Amino acid sequence: MPDVHDEDSYQPHPKPGVSHLDYAGEQGMAVEQETLIEPDAEKREEARSLWGDAWRDLRRRPIFLISVLLIVLLVLMAIFPWAFTDANPRKADLVHDYLKRPDWTDFFGAGWFGYDAQGRSIYARVIYGARASITVGIVVTAGVTLLGGLTGMVAGYFGGAVDAVISRIIDIFFGIPLLLGALVLLNGFASRTVWAVVFALVVLGWTQIARVMRGAVLTVKQSDYVVAGRALGAGTGRLMLRHILPNAVAPVIVVATIALGGYIATEATLSFLGIGLQEPTISWGIDISSAQKVIRTAPYVMFFPAAALSITVLAFIMMGDAVRDALDPKLR
Amino acid sequence: MTANGASALGAAMPEEVAFTQEVPRGEPILEIRDLVKYFPLTQGVLFRKQVGAVKAVDGVSFDLMQGETLGIVGESGCGKSTLAKVLMNLEQATGGSVRYKGEEISRLSGSALKAVRRNIQMVFQDPYTSLNPRMTVGDIIGEPFEIHPEVAPRGDRRKAVQDLLDVVGLNPEYINRYPHQFSGGQRQRIGIARGLALKPEIIICDEPVSALDVSVQAQVINLLEQLQGEFNLSYMFIAHDLSIVRHISDRVGVMYLGRMVEIGSDAEIYDHATHPYTQALLSAVPVPDPTARESRDRIVLTGDVPSPANPPSGCRFRTRCWKAQQRCEVEVPLLVAPSWLAGAASHDSACHFAAERESEQSAAERESEQSAAERENGQGGD
Amino acid sequence: MGTAAQTTERERGTPYEGPLLDVRDLHVEFVTRDGVARAVNGVNYSVSAGETLAVLGESGSGKSVTAQAIMGILDMPPARIPRGEIRFRGQDMLKMSKEERRRIRGGRIAMIFQDALSSLNPVLSVGFQLGEMFRAHRGVSRKEAKDKAVELMDRVRIPAAKDRVNDYPHQFSGGMRQRIMIAMALALEPDLIIADEPTTALDVTVQAQVMDLLAELQAEFHMGLILITHDLGVVADVADKIAVMYAGRIVETAPVHDLYARPAHPYTRGLLDSIPRLDQKGQELYAIKGLPPNLLRIPTGCAFNPRCPRAQDICRAQVPELFPVTEDDGTPLEGRGSACFFWKETLHDR
Repeated sequence: MPDVHDEDSYQPHPKPGVSHLDYAGEQGMAVEQETLIEPDAEKREEARSLWGDAWRDLRRRPIFLISVLLIVLLVLMAIFPWAFTDANPRKADLVHDYLKRPDWTDFFGAGWFGYDAQGRSIYARVIYGARASITVGIVVTAGVTLLGGLTGMVAGYFGGAVDAVISRIIDIFFGIPLLLGALVLLNGFASRTVWAVVFALVVLGWTQIARVMRGAVLTVKQSDYVVAGRALGAGTGRLMLRHILPNAVAPVIVVATIALGGYIATEATLSFLGIGLQEPTISWGIDISSAQKVIRTAPYVMFFPAAALSITVLAFIMMGDAVRDALDPKLR
Repeated sequence: MTANGASALGAAMPEEVAFTQEVPRGEPILEIRDLVKYFPLTQGVLFRKQVGAVKAVDGVSFDLMQGETLGIVGESGCGKSTLAKVLMNLEQATGGSVRYKGEEISRLSGSALKAVRRNIQMVFQDPYTSLNPRMTVGDIIGEPFEIHPEVAPRGDRRKAVQDLLDVVGLNPEYINRYPHQFSGGQRQRIGIARGLALKPEIIICDEPVSALDVSVQAQVINLLEQLQGEFNLSYMFIAHDLSIVRHISDRVGVMYLGRMVEIGSDAEIYDHATHPYTQALLSAVPVPDPTARESRDRIVLTGDVPSPANPPSGCRFRTRCWKAQQRCEVEVPLLVAPSWLAGAASHDSACHFAAERESEQSAAERESEQSAAERENGQGGD
Repeated sequence: MGTAAQTTERERGTPYEGPLLDVRDLHVEFVTRDGVARAVNGVNYSVSAGETLAVLGESGSGKSVTAQAIMGILDMPPARIPRGEIRFRGQDMLKMSKEERRRIRGGRIAMIFQDALSSLNPVLSVGFQLGEMFRAHRGVSRKEAKDKAVELMDRVRIPAAKDRVNDYPHQFSGGMRQRIMIAMALALEPDLIIADEPTTALDVTVQAQVMDLLAELQAEFHMGLILITHDLGVVADVADKIAVMYAGRIVETAPVHDLYARPAHPYTRGLLDSIPRLDQKGQELYAIKGLPPNLLRIPTGCAFNPRCPRAQDICRAQVPELFPVTEDDGTPLEGRGSACFFWKETLHDR
């Protein structure tokens, strides 16, 4: 008889969702055969799920809290930039403001971070630049998760020929170098707006999620509870949505959150190279690129958008890391 | 196959009517004939070609009677779990037939299959993996009602779930808890409640207690027995623990390498086994009695179980059998009652040389009787 | 490396009176997110050369953790050993240096695990893994190591050992892999073998072969054997004496015949009674009510009290020590002890 291992009972780092340590009031339940009514010893322990457990874990992580705070701030900046600055990021005054140095006394004013080579407020441009980065990051992530998640799910669930075809397509896309692919794709657009960049990144990025999803679905599909669902007569839709998806989605979420920061960085890279966003869109990448010319005389022109970009990317990656740790302590 | 064959079993057939007739107690409710399940072995990634097959179940026939418990024993790789999956229609049979109340069910699909599923349910081995960790106990036990809404009207479902929890000995208030908050034995009760929800007639138990602690096993066995009486269930009880199978089963079938080698009532199998494999299996079971240590007459089998992808010709057990002759190599023994045996020994046994073994117990008894007699007579030796 | 071999031989030469292994008042705890899990709470047992001690218990009883503590393979942290002694031939292993312990582990005490497949390295041939033991501990040449490996495989009766020495673990069946594990444990001719559920993953017919082999080799080498298991059948077959564990404590010790004939602890009795017996066919099985305790919240007093049919107030208030078990007239029963206030009454039940 396969014994349930001793270790199970005091697993040092219990995986959320399979922890045996937190049987609510096991002592109380021990008398179940005699009396079905329980003493309230167990009431204090609420029903917990993987997400509940993960949330409990996350709330205690300072890194998570800091990154979430930063992200909330960034998102607010993206939605309501005018609430953070009165200055117009597009207003150029080459006469008065040309490469004016940062003025620390001008708190939250137009001159706080200084002015760029066209006499535009760097502070305002940093604030307004968040919109492009955050939009690209979030929309691309949503796009790849949807597209990659769906194809990965279909490939993993149906297997056989469907899987073979999808997997080969994934392999082909995986082989395209990101920059080269983006260059080719974006060249096809008359005006390279945020949406054009989003399109290019989704087309080139969904395969990563699809692979993760396919692997997770393949594992979950074997589980006894999925077999049990089939034995009950559950249809494809129910099996996928009730049984497989909730159990396979965790690694996808982890990969997606970490990748979000990467998409923002990629957008900036593309814009910096001149194949991403174009003026008049305000983007940190474009600003960094144009600051190159004056880097010797006015390094602050590059510093502020670059710092904003770094902090944003870091915040998302840190959050992704924390989420991963909380959802799957084994990966640590 | 009856007049309305598999093709007619589609939407046109009123599924409610299909399986409602009562089967009298002791009559076959499930008839399995020459059931075959091969898993193809393939090579190549893009262009797969079949290079062989794992013959997991290879020509198995037996009946499950209404109201009985049929134990199926055998070692790993004998095909007992595959048999369960094929009977549950979780795997498509390669050949042979499975008839439920006279209807062929092994090739059903769609709503006809769904109707059969209401009546044949399963309890899984591992209570830690057979419950969806993202669903509450109420959702898990209530899912059968969502899939088969005709069983319980929407408004009554919560009540129905709570009743089921009560039936399996769990507090009905646990309805909003998640599986990980329960111990193994409690989870297995949840699995049993899920299996009972649709009021099936047949429950296939695949090693339902082997993952549980010894002290909890008895609780679950008792529960299964109690439910059988209460709901008039027929069980197919698959296990490798021979003492538990003996306790719960009315009849027992022994499988080896995809074949049924012997089947009969529990007494016929345990006390009058005539197939050498059954005898070896029974003799190997550790007996929880240290006094039996010396008097035990264990048949130690040599070698390993051959690969099911390439089973021996003739009798599959011949490579490890001490009785094997030329005949066993060429002629497949049929599962029939050997004509040369009488009494309890005359039950279905797939061996050309089926014969009762001088049972170790009776041998030991005789020995001790002998020595007692000798002591009484005051004379030693023989 | 020749010195290591000499040391071992010299040490082996010294006669030692008394038990080979003596565990005294061992405590092991695990620090977890939800609190401290007390896995082992004061375990005492000893094994002599040539003796088989069966440690019987369910999951969470602490039987495996005790063994891991003896082997020194617990992950610390989260585990810690707040108290106790593990004396090997009189010397407390917990006070030894890492190097000394390492030499004892593998060389003098060997362990066999339940799952042979995951205990063997899948990318190395079994011959290499067996030979590696000699190369590491005895410093023999590659060629000699291979010869030794073949010899060991012969010894555990693996057919055609010479041809199979270069095979990889996955090419062997479960029973054969467990034989290889036994061969590995035997390689350095240890004084003591700890077998943690060695046959649980095997089929019954193979189980019998492996247990027989183990018992035979033990007699041949006059080793001590600690057999950790939950299977009352296996215990009855091979053990000399038994320690029954529950919630990190030993609740009963007895020679094997006595334990099965006249258990003196209600838990042992419950386990024995819950085995299906012939004359109970068609009746309800005896079942110990309730569930094994949660190690984070072990019940006060006797840990078994919530499940015990005999429990009285004293059982809830006080932890019973391991009382010596005697006949009614006070004749001591050799080797018997029961951690139950009502051992006398339990002994007389039937």
